[in-house]
Amino acid sequence: MSTPKPKPKLAVWKFSSCDGCQLSLLNCEDELLALANEIDFANFPEASREVIPGPYDLSLVEGSITTRHDLERIQEVRRQSKYLVAIGACATAGGIQALRNFKDVKGFLDVVYANPEYIETLATSTAISDHVRVEFELRGCPVNKHQLLEVIIAFLRNRRPDIPTYSVCVECKQRGTACVMVTRGTPCLGPVTQAGCGAICPTYNRGCYGCFGPAETTNLPSLGNQLFAGGMAREEWSRLLQTFNANAPAFKRECAPHD
Amino acid sequence: MTESAKTKTIKVDYLARVEGEGALELTVREGALTDVRLKIFEPPRFFEALLRGRDFKEAPDITARICGICPVAYQMSAVHAMENALGVTVGGALRDLRRLLYCGEWISSHALHIYLLHAPDFLGYPSAVAMAKDHPTVVENGLKLKKTGGRLMSLVGGREVHPVNVRVGGFHRLPGKSEMRAIIPDLERARDIARGTIRWTATLNFPDFEQNYTFVSLAHPEEYPMNEGRVVSNRGLNIAVTDFDKHFEEIHLSHSHALHCLLQNDGQPYHVGPMARYALNSQLLPAEIRAEARNAGLGAVCNNPFRSIIVRSVETLYACEEALRIIQSYEPPEKASVEIKARAGTGRAATEAPRGILYHRYEIDESGSILDADIIPPTSQNQKMIEEDLWKYTPRFLSQPDDKIREEAERAIRNYDPCISCATHFLKLTVDRA
Repeated sequence: MSTPKPKPKLAVWKFSSCDGCQLSLLNCEDELLALANEIDFANFPEASREVIPGPYDLSLVEGSITTRHDLERIQEVRRQSKYLVAIGACATAGGIQALRNFKDVKGFLDVVYANPEYIETLATSTAISDHVRVEFELRGCPVNKHQLLEVIIAFLRNRRPDIPTYSVCVECKQRGTACVMVTRGTPCLGPVTQAGCGAICPTYNRGCYGCFGPAETTNLPSLGNQLFAGGMAREEWSRLLQTFNANAPAFKRECAPHD
Repeated sequence: MTESAKTKTIKVDYLARVEGEGALELTVREGALTDVRLKIFEPPRFFEALLRGRDFKEAPDITARICGICPVAYQMSAVHAMENALGVTVGGALRDLRRLLYCGEWISSHALHIYLLHAPDFLGYPSAVAMAKDHPTVVENGLKLKKTGGRLMSLVGGREVHPVNVRVGGFHRLPGKSEMRAIIPDLERARDIARGTIRWTATLNFPDFEQNYTFVSLAHPEEYPMNEGRVVSNRGLNIAVTDFDKHFEEIHLSHSHALHCLLQNDGQPYHVGPMARYALNSQLLPAEIRAEARNAGLGAVCNNPFRSIIVRSVETLYACEEALRIIQSYEPPEKASVEIKARAGTGRAATEAPRGILYHRYEIDESGSILDADIIPPTSQNQKMIEEDLWKYTPRFLSQPDDKIREEAERAIRNYDPCISCATHFLKLTVDRA
């Protein structure tokens, strides 16, 4: 038997997050074993005890930066990674835990923990790209597992991932889903949210709530005015934008003057 | 060798094949175990604080983000707690659909743990991918089973991680009868795999480690518990979920970002999850499943945590059967949700996440704005129990190399399918033998 060519090494890193995005890799049930023939899961603690030392060809980073220790750890991850891809809303925008960025974190600690002096945390939750260079950001809360596979394969083949940056509206048109704003008057973030989920919410009779963050080109004030005309309060509009991608610049900007 | 005269610390810096980040520290002094610390170092995310001021209708979508492995559990506990606050009951086909969604999560989460996280311990592999080289059919079957659970979650919930279809009062959209029927062949295959899983896990080698646990789970008079029931134990506890706060207390220890939860009357740790549910409810399983459990060597109670892999398999078979039963009798109700109106109040609910009881309490004002939230995930409840197991299980390995101690300690932890993302972040093992 000839010596097999060494396989590229994949690492999966977790920062502050729910685990759902890295779980999406294990949710690729049909592709997982085939993928394992192409690459080594060299450092993927959720799936394996075995750790092959770096450097790594591709690092997938889930989660946001919320502790002093993680500030240092992400630098080390960057040093060990040829390509670094941030996956999911926490890694690309700070996640739901970035709501602390708009509040006093000391107050948050007191609410949750009886002995807040035991807890170490930063006052903010921030995206990976705020701290290190990233080769690509894959959006979503959670990421779409088919897009995740596309990103992995693209980097292994040295090409740009084919991930659209248009809005969820395009996906509704592709699916033939009737517009929930037009037909039912349901508030929907689809016009300003990046595609990727497959427009699930409108298909399930509800408005998009922004899991994939702002689309590449958005007109948030215009959508806001449309919703205000339909009777929505400014406060409610801000709340709609302040969820899993609250700290994404476009959403943050739109909320700022009204708060 | 002078090792026995010294103290040393054995550490597992990053627990593998668990959800989230945790560590373990064992201190060994003169050959005896003197301290055990299960550390949850996953950074806190402050859900209970960030829920304040949000609308009650947002709770299921926001709390789902606590855990990507069991988002349905969070959504179910959130909607039931809110409905409790609003004085609303959701019954009939909507209740069945919620149970169906939960079946999907049980199948998916249990299959993940049985095949990808737990089984490699018994067969001596670092991962399921490594195990697949020698046992391809086993791993492929596990993945098929897991996929069917995910498919069920997508059917009812819209997607498998953070479903979108759940709302206070019911759902946004009702699945059609034909969509539901289309999944039957997959579920029948999953049921066969699940039956095979029980038989296969029964053949594994288990360490001799019988314990005398205090088990706590929901119990319902007519069904194996998922969304409803009283909180009961094998020591005589039998309370309404609304009295949970009076009987359980959360404590905050310096070595953990998770809050430990203990029974208030005696300060003792307790065990939640599949083994607790099984011990307190196995009489409600269909006869055919009870027979499978019996043939797999399970009595009415299982007290060996290593054998939890068999109990999880039994519950997986039940979830497949239950899903088939619900789908076969499904008639879409007239409305996807019941009428909901905000009012001031406090609501409490507990449901059975794959890992055990998940308790939510919310206080809301008359406009529906959340004033206060309290969430107690299963892994914080099990954390103390896991430490107790480590106290009893690891001493038999202390004369062996540190790596062996680490491996065995990790196994003892993995028995609980701990979800550190839920309990905040989880495990490193340090063994201190100075």
